Amino acid sequence: MPKKRFDPLEALATTPLAKAVASSSIGKSVATKLGVPPSVELRRGRNNPGGAISLAELNNSTLTRRTLQLLGLFTINPVIDTPDARTLGEAGRPVPPGYEGRLGALVLDLTELRAVTDLEYVRGVLRPAIRALERSGRIIFVARTPETFDELEPRVLAQGLDGLNRTVAKELRGGATSNLVWVDPETTPQALASTLRFLLEGRSAYVDGQSWRVGAAEVADDVATSVRPYAGTIVAVTGAARGIGAAIARTFARDGATVVGVDIPASGEALARVVNEIHGTALQLDITLPDAGERIAAHVAERYGEDARLYAIIHNAGITRDRMLANLDEKGWAAVLDVNLAAQLRMNASLLDGRAGGLADGGSIVGISSTSGIAGNKGQANYATSKAAIAGLVRAMAPRLADRRITINAVGPGFIETEMTAAIPYLQRQIFQRSNSLAQGGKPVDVAETIAYLADPASAAVTGQVVRVCGQALVGQ
Amino acid sequence: MTDRTAVVVGGNRIPFARSHGAYRQASNIDMLTAAIDGLAARFGLSGHRVGEVVGGAVLKHSRDFNLTREAVLGSSLDPHTAACDLQQACATGLEATIYVSNKIRLGQLVDGIAGGADSVSDTPMSVSDGLRRALLAANAAKTLPARLAAISSIRPGHLVPDPPGITEPRTGLSMGEHQALTTSRWGIGRTEQDEVALASHQNLARAWGEGFFDDLVTPYLGVTKDQGVRVDTTLEKLGALKPVFGRGEGATMTAGNSTGFFDGAAVTYLADADYAAEHHLPALARIVDVEVAAGDYTLGGEDLLLAPTYAIPRLLERNHLLWQDFDYYEIHEAFAATVLATLAALNDEAYCRSTLGLSGALGEIDRSRLNVNGSSLAAGHPFAATGGRIVPALAKLLHQRGTVDGRPARGIVSICAAGGQGAVAILEAC
Ligand SMILES: NC(=O)c1ccc[n+]([C@@H]2O[C@H](COP(=O)([O-])OP(=O)(O)OC[C@H]3O[C@@H](n4cnc5c(N)ncnc54)[C@H](O)[C@@H]3O)[C@@H](O)[C@H]2O)c1
Repeated sequence: MPKKRFDPLEALATTPLAKAVASSSIGKSVATKLGVPPSVELRRGRNNPGGAISLAELNNSTLTRRTLQLLGLFTINPVIDTPDARTLGEAGRPVPPGYEGRLGALVLDLTELRAVTDLEYVRGVLRPAIRALERSGRIIFVARTPETFDELEPRVLAQGLDGLNRTVAKELRGGATSNLVWVDPETTPQALASTLRFLLEGRSAYVDGQSWRVGAAEVADDVATSVRPYAGTIVAVTGAARGIGAAIARTFARDGATVVGVDIPASGEALARVVNEIHGTALQLDITLPDAGERIAAHVAERYGEDARLYAIIHNAGITRDRMLANLDEKGWAAVLDVNLAAQLRMNASLLDGRAGGLADGGSIVGISSTSGIAGNKGQANYATSKAAIAGLVRAMAPRLADRRITINAVGPGFIETEMTAAIPYLQRQIFQRSNSLAQGGKPVDVAETIAYLADPASAAVTGQVVRVCGQALVGQ
Repeated sequence: MTDRTAVVVGGNRIPFARSHGAYRQASNIDMLTAAIDGLAARFGLSGHRVGEVVGGAVLKHSRDFNLTREAVLGSSLDPHTAACDLQQACATGLEATIYVSNKIRLGQLVDGIAGGADSVSDTPMSVSDGLRRALLAANAAKTLPARLAAISSIRPGHLVPDPPGITEPRTGLSMGEHQALTTSRWGIGRTEQDEVALASHQNLARAWGEGFFDDLVTPYLGVTKDQGVRVDTTLEKLGALKPVFGRGEGATMTAGNSTGFFDGAAVTYLADADYAAEHHLPALARIVDVEVAAGDYTLGGEDLLLAPTYAIPRLLERNHLLWQDFDYYEIHEAFAATVLATLAALNDEAYCRSTLGLSGALGEIDRSRLNVNGSSLAAGHPFAATGGRIVPALAKLLHQRGTVDGRPARGIVSICAAGGQGAVAILEAC
């Protein structure tokens, strides 16, 4: 067991003063007066819901059923709220039919949604399910990507589900989430499996009210069902010394990857601690160096052999230099754009040029956008520009990388509890933390799990997507 | 037994910090552990059983009798990694490298870590002899009165702790005072000493700026760079400092051209060349040959810090090399005057003939090849850590240089040590 050594940051966070402020009775009593309930502990990790999974299939759709079968998950039939099924309760009020016991999840296969009248079925299965859903339960909509329809009515209905999903997410309580998966006519159960599993499991704890697309790709059965998808792969994570990056490194290592942790030389001590814990290697490198991509590739080739290739690069390193535009000079503008955007463009170019230690065909790139980039944020002109550009980057590059079977996606974190955000004063932090449907901040691991899902070889059909990890933050889409 | 090739894979150290500063709470074990952990992270050694880790400290607490093994146990290396403590004053780090490389060459190890740590901030203090005798007597006493009698023999003066000796026990002179004798004997002037110091700072600052240390150093306790390096120093500033060693005319040694007190730790990762190739470990340079020497500075009146001048000719002869045959010279800057006296002695006909028993002087070297990325005057000199600072950095330089005139680039390391000793090693680029 490594002996515990002195950690200045930890020491700072645990000073009596910091603790007193964090747990101050003033802070707490104000919070109580504001009516802030304690937040629910979310289900996390590779854990399925505790209760049953109910599968509702509209018309003759079978994609979801076959996908859940592939994953070895048992389902029950949905309880449907129809006028006939209701009973009379106290005071003579009609009571909708209910589930026996708590429900773990309701998965709605709406790929055959064609007419407005079909929506009544959707309401009918949602009503009993929402009343029975357990803590950290799941509602998952599976629907056809609107653009894949030629006819008008199915197309607009598919779009309508987006509003329904976002509303369900807002109405759910107790850490339960609702998300919508768009599928193509060509999407196979193998291609869909990683997404459904991710959404059902605790790994998607802080992903709520989101919708994204699963297209078509060849995925073998064993790949689709693997729980150690990164065994034998090398994954590089930038900004791995702390915060979200450290969680990403640990999550990939848990799932079998050999991790190359990259961070600036000044962060080397923390970086060494992270990579030693997960048996990876450290590369002390400022990613804004013009040859950063070459150096990452050279490190991979040198440490793991000339034939070794990166399976994935996770562009996590990012900085903020907050200033209102009225006070923003060229330095604060350029520094953020260089780390958060330009460096990524340069690194991608060199890692994709086929060099030794570069990105393998069939591999994956994941970037980090932000709610600030999606919604805009006062005082973050530089940051929001860079983060919106990352969302644009993955959408633009996905089709260009398709012939090499490389996927490129991004996550959009909301308020994530890191060492940095822990420094925000109690009340302000409470407000930030609770401005979302789950009424709490996310954890670095929530972002990491979502990235690991996106980069998973089983997610080969997921590319060009931006998945927000924000507990359905009030701002942004 | 086989004759294998020992190569330097790389190294790691923590930035060297001024004593009683950033690392004042850190022990030698803490610092050595940090140096090993940074190395483990760089080369993916966490959980790996390294053949042997060899290191030491000059200012060593008696409770640290297993300093290196304790550092291994506190590190991320496999706890099945064996360790050995070794000590040769300021040459400890280089001697540890010699120990490990020899075992590799004999086929007894496929890989090993060599290094050292020293803290001037956390020095061991011993109790005075008077107090120690009284306490031992009290401990041995069988009756209470006898015990009280023993304790009552303690006098206030006994309670003052003895700091560790920084003087040579046999001469009573400090190292600076010894060097001052050498400096005046060899007529080393003030300006040339200050020039050596200035070059050390400028070269080290340049190397840091170029990112040369990005894969040689891992920050520790918030320190990210060597604290000794002065980017803005000038000959004028150095020239304004008052001498601290020597007397009158001959007083030329200042705090600017002598190394100060620093805390730090450094390690070198060595491996068998074939093992390195099979395990995707870089081979920067091979250890060609080594030599240690000692001079009779007590009765013989020889220079305390010029023992490397004995080792160098012996090493050159055995390897059929000339003093001029090196592309890089790393001569540890205990004092600027030590480096200059070493060079002067090897270029002195009389010294080389009479003292070294050679047929003539070794001659001069190209000074532009000397300590090209700075040395101890700028980086600082935590005694046992200096070998682990120099060897990986020289190996990296040689590897970057590759070949010179169709042969591998060649370098030499020379470290003088207390007790009139010195260790020297030749490295060649892989
Ligand atoms: N924490 C949040 O709430 C939040 C929200 C949205 C987005 N994000 C994004 O998530 C990512 C990680 O955020 P975090 O909170 O963990 O931040 P953090 O500051 O705790 O960690 C960022 C890491 O990146 C490293 N880094 C910075 N510049 C670098 C460079 N030039 N080269 C190499 N490494 C460099 C830093 O040293 C640090 O270790 C960032 O891209 C950030 O913009 C965070």
